[in-house]
Amino acid sequence: MIQQIDYFVIAPPLVLALVAGLVLLLDAFLPAGPKVRTGLGLTALGGVVVALGFVVAQSVRLARAGQDGRGLATFCVPDGLAAQAVPGGLAQAVSGGSGQAVAGADSVGVSQVLGAARSVEAAQQVTALCSFVADRFTLVFAGLVLVAALVIVLMSMSELATGGIPTGEWYFLLLCTIVGAVTLPASRDLIMLVVALELVSLPVFALTALKRYDGRASEAAVKLFVVSVVSTAIMLFGVSLLYGVGGTVYLSRLGEIFSGAAPAPGVAGAASPEALATSPAAGVITVGVVLVLAGFAFKIAAVPFHAWAPDVYQGAPVPVAALLSVISKAAGFAGLILLLVTALSGQSVTWTPVVAVIAALTMTVGNLLALRQRSAVRLLAWSSVAQSGYILAPLAVAAQAAERVAASGSAAVAGHEAATVGVGGSGHVPAVMRAPGDTVVTVAGGAGHGSSMPGAEVFVSGPVGASLAYLVIYAAMNLGAFAVVMLVSRTTARNELDDYRGLAHRSPVAGLSLAFCLVCLAGLPPGLAGLFAKVVVFREIVNGGAGWLAVVMAVNTVIGLYYYVAWTARVLTPAPSPIGRRVFPAAWVAVGLAVAITVMFSLAPQLVFDLTS
Amino acid sequence: MMGWLPVTLLAVPLLGALLLLVAPAALRPALPLYGQAVSGLALALTVVMVAVFDYGRAAAPQFTVDLPWIPGLDLRFHLGVDGISLPLVVLTALLTFLCFAHLGWGRGRGPGRLMGSRPRALVFTLLVLEVGMVGTFLALDLLLFFVFFEIVLIPMYFLIAVWGGKGRRGAATKFILYTLLGSVVMLVGLLFIWSQTGTLDIVALARAHGAGMSRGVQIVAFAAVGLGLAVKTPMWPLHTWLPDAHTEAPTAGSVLLAGVLLKMGTYGFARIAIPILPEGAVAAAPWLGALAVVGIVYGALACLAQRDLKRMIAYSSVGHMGFVLLGFATLTTVGVNGALFANVAHGLITGLLFFLAGSIKDRYGTADMPSLGGGMLATLPHLGAVLTFASIASLGLPGLAGFWGEMLALLGAFQPADGLPRGLFLTYMVIGGLGAVLTAAYFLVMLSRVTHGRPSRPSSGLVGAGATVGALGGRVEGVESTVDPGGASAGGSGGLTDSGGYADSGGHVERSGREAAGFGGDEPDTGSGPPRDIQPYEMVAWVPLIVLILLFGLWPGLLMSLTTPAVQTLLGALS
Repeated sequence: MIQQIDYFVIAPPLVLALVAGLVLLLDAFLPAGPKVRTGLGLTALGGVVVALGFVVAQSVRLARAGQDGRGLATFCVPDGLAAQAVPGGLAQAVSGGSGQAVAGADSVGVSQVLGAARSVEAAQQVTALCSFVADRFTLVFAGLVLVAALVIVLMSMSELATGGIPTGEWYFLLLCTIVGAVTLPASRDLIMLVVALELVSLPVFALTALKRYDGRASEAAVKLFVVSVVSTAIMLFGVSLLYGVGGTVYLSRLGEIFSGAAPAPGVAGAASPEALATSPAAGVITVGVVLVLAGFAFKIAAVPFHAWAPDVYQGAPVPVAALLSVISKAAGFAGLILLLVTALSGQSVTWTPVVAVIAALTMTVGNLLALRQRSAVRLLAWSSVAQSGYILAPLAVAAQAAERVAASGSAAVAGHEAATVGVGGSGHVPAVMRAPGDTVVTVAGGAGHGSSMPGAEVFVSGPVGASLAYLVIYAAMNLGAFAVVMLVSRTTARNELDDYRGLAHRSPVAGLSLAFCLVCLAGLPPGLAGLFAKVVVFREIVNGGAGWLAVVMAVNTVIGLYYYVAWTARVLTPAPSPIGRRVFPAAWVAVGLAVAITVMFSLAPQLVFDLTS
Repeated sequence: MMGWLPVTLLAVPLLGALLLLVAPAALRPALPLYGQAVSGLALALTVVMVAVFDYGRAAAPQFTVDLPWIPGLDLRFHLGVDGISLPLVVLTALLTFLCFAHLGWGRGRGPGRLMGSRPRALVFTLLVLEVGMVGTFLALDLLLFFVFFEIVLIPMYFLIAVWGGKGRRGAATKFILYTLLGSVVMLVGLLFIWSQTGTLDIVALARAHGAGMSRGVQIVAFAAVGLGLAVKTPMWPLHTWLPDAHTEAPTAGSVLLAGVLLKMGTYGFARIAIPILPEGAVAAAPWLGALAVVGIVYGALACLAQRDLKRMIAYSSVGHMGFVLLGFATLTTVGVNGALFANVAHGLITGLLFFLAGSIKDRYGTADMPSLGGGMLATLPHLGAVLTFASIASLGLPGLAGFWGEMLALLGAFQPADGLPRGLFLTYMVIGGLGAVLTAAYFLVMLSRVTHGRPSRPSSGLVGAGATVGALGGRVEGVESTVDPGGASAGGSGGLTDSGGYADSGGHVERSGREAAGFGGDEPDTGSGPPRDIQPYEMVAWVPLIVLILLFGLWPGLLMSLTTPAVQTLLGALS
């Protein structure tokens, strides 16, 4: 059967992949030299910009489509096959149903909690199974990754300017990673998810090791390789268990099965949540969930799978450290959110406490260890471990939020959005929810009207929205800090905190930029972006009823403040002696871009919240 | 109506600070004047505010402006002034202006040295500080209040860490970590209120008087919010950051810290904790009162044990804030009125005391009371007289501003609000009264040590010997009292002849003492001759404070008429 591929939907990763190949070709045929190095950098930059343009075009299309209810998706299971794919137990429901697409913005998130069998069946039978979906969740992540990629390519141009690192290979590998990071949030099946995640991880080993004849870099590369491969193995094992029970790779279908809304092919007679919980497969599912969680915890450097981060960050070239701390981490979180919120939402009893404890541990350990660091990059490594904890924290209350939606029958998740609760007649359970594009879409079970949205939409609001908002703001401020660290690393050998003494006097722009980004990371005014990001996270945690987690996070904010402010104070103290500096235009552009975005987020954080709520 | 006034009041110092970043070179020669001009403009705006304020409606917020800022967070740019915040806004603008006047006019002399080291950064820091302080008193949105509450942290940190004394690094770190811990806990409390009521509007929440929140919710929220405010206030036992910060901060930092920053904590009680969470306040009031009286007595006892003048004034703040908290704890119109009055009075009096302590430190090179040696009324009659005036105002002499607040707070404790245990509050009143006596005691002891007695060291040449006294303790004190003024003016010779064995160490201490003082940027006046009495620039800074202390002391109704209607409104549910 021939698949129809919507090339517009897959344009961003496609463009990046083509440009990656082009860079490799150009590098092979052009003579090596400074001009070619710059040219290759500009080519990569151009590829990223074009991909970003496609993402913007998609979001415009999506915003327009939001009104008539058409989403963007491709690699779908054709309609004929989709009907057969529905397990036998539901065949009757399928034939009896209208067959129209009634899946709404959150068919999974809502369907399993509505508890009304009819609406579940109705939603289920019409959810087209697509592997690649460009919804708001995807586009926010893709935009984040591509803008971060712009900054990192600019930083790379300075890093490579001195030679010593093969240019063509560098940009090729960098673009490959970005292809993976753009594909990952769009993935809606397990296979695609794993492949995309590996595409993010594998080139980074090579990137780390490209600084040849450097002991630290080689050590970092080996460490990253071993950790990453182990984590992949663990995750694959978990994925295989989940697949074994669920019998499908599609996240939305898995979500239905694990919440008991649909019978699990691997388990006899488990057609209700209770039956699933008491069946022998329950243990297998729990193990699968925990293993998948552990695999992702490696990727996002969450405690207790964090130990690799500082060594790798320090050993790798600074742009790669920035890549790891922003793009790689964003990709890890995208996968984690996709799995937890769509596929495993029915198993939240298992993962909610685990995520909460991991979040608390991650922020505490990261902050405490950051206190003792003397190297700038190591400090940023530990601080980014701690920040992972803050991003993870709202996910610990994501399940409660979803249940509250179900309980109130409205979509007023924590954000006090206006919600209307309608009571449908004759056994229908209508739910009103916010769909992408801020349109209110009514999904009436069995009624057969509403929006037709292929694939499983990820509900970007409430706790997930808070995580996403924090991630976006964190990316901007962290990249700003890394860009300045990159500048300083070109002039000082060891790049220790003491090398930053008096930076604001030697180079006011760099010094003030770094000070601003650090204050943002600490979450203090005038770094309002960081403050509001923390407020959003606090709000979701307090709303979700996890008071203890809020208190842990409050204490951690104070611990974190200490090292950020201590560093800021070093930057602003008078310099003992001026150090000659060289001009790195690309890195300056990177600093300017990252800091401009951070300042913009500080003045108008609503920009981020509009994207993520 | 007149909504532009609070916005302009915030915009003036903010734009003033930004202009310093944009055009540093053009402004460099006129920096002292520039700071005075910007803060003077802000002060003029507050005077306009006082002039057009509708005193008939002092309970309602006026000059309100309410714009959406971040809809995603429900955060609105909601500003306004009522009878509670108006005096504090004016106090803030006044003290900031006086600090600039003190810094600017004293160029070349003692505190002017501060302007010598990185003047642009200093002006910038003080202006940003003013934005945060004024904004806190203007904000009518919980999150906006929090944002302004936090804005002051970074400038104050740098004020202490860059321009402070010897132990500035540690003091600044302690200050920021301590207060930030409080703030974050407060943030959790504020968000808890929000999650329960769904609004951040302080006006609406205060009007609701806790409706929509169960008693348990209110108690938890009050505990969290109160803890954050108590750190800032500071309430015993959360006060330990204060003495260090005050001792190490430069004069302007100490004045603003005592005069305004502490008020932000107490203002939070009057603006947020008590009106929004009345049931929580009733439940917490006995505890608050207990900690308040402990603070009063502890502050007084700690003051008796201090040798350093600045440290003593810092501990006296703990005691005075105890009275303010006791007034709040009574939850009566009288008590809360007294608390708000004591708040403003403390800002004026302690601001003046820190100015004086700074001047004394500039002249003598130390604020160590035994080293100062006494007899100031004879050597520096004007300075001594103003110090005496400020001290007796602070100890609560009737007829001066310090009296009314403490008296009303104790009166409130005599008859606390319904639902509070009267016997317990009577006990608090008695202990608080004892604390007032102790307050008088330590101020009088301080005056007898510093202003009275025979002047023993009129010359600044004795700076080093003073340090020796500090190092050698009481043994040399006796030596010093035997030296007549004429002999002592010949430098360290008095010490040399009487205790020859210590001459080397004395010289050593002198040198290191000077180095340390120079490091902090406030080197003692090394010019020949005796220290000068009050200078014109000091007069400019102090006279407005002296006048206001007298005015409010003789005519307390001026302030009371402003706060009473607002207090009655905020206690609406209780009284």
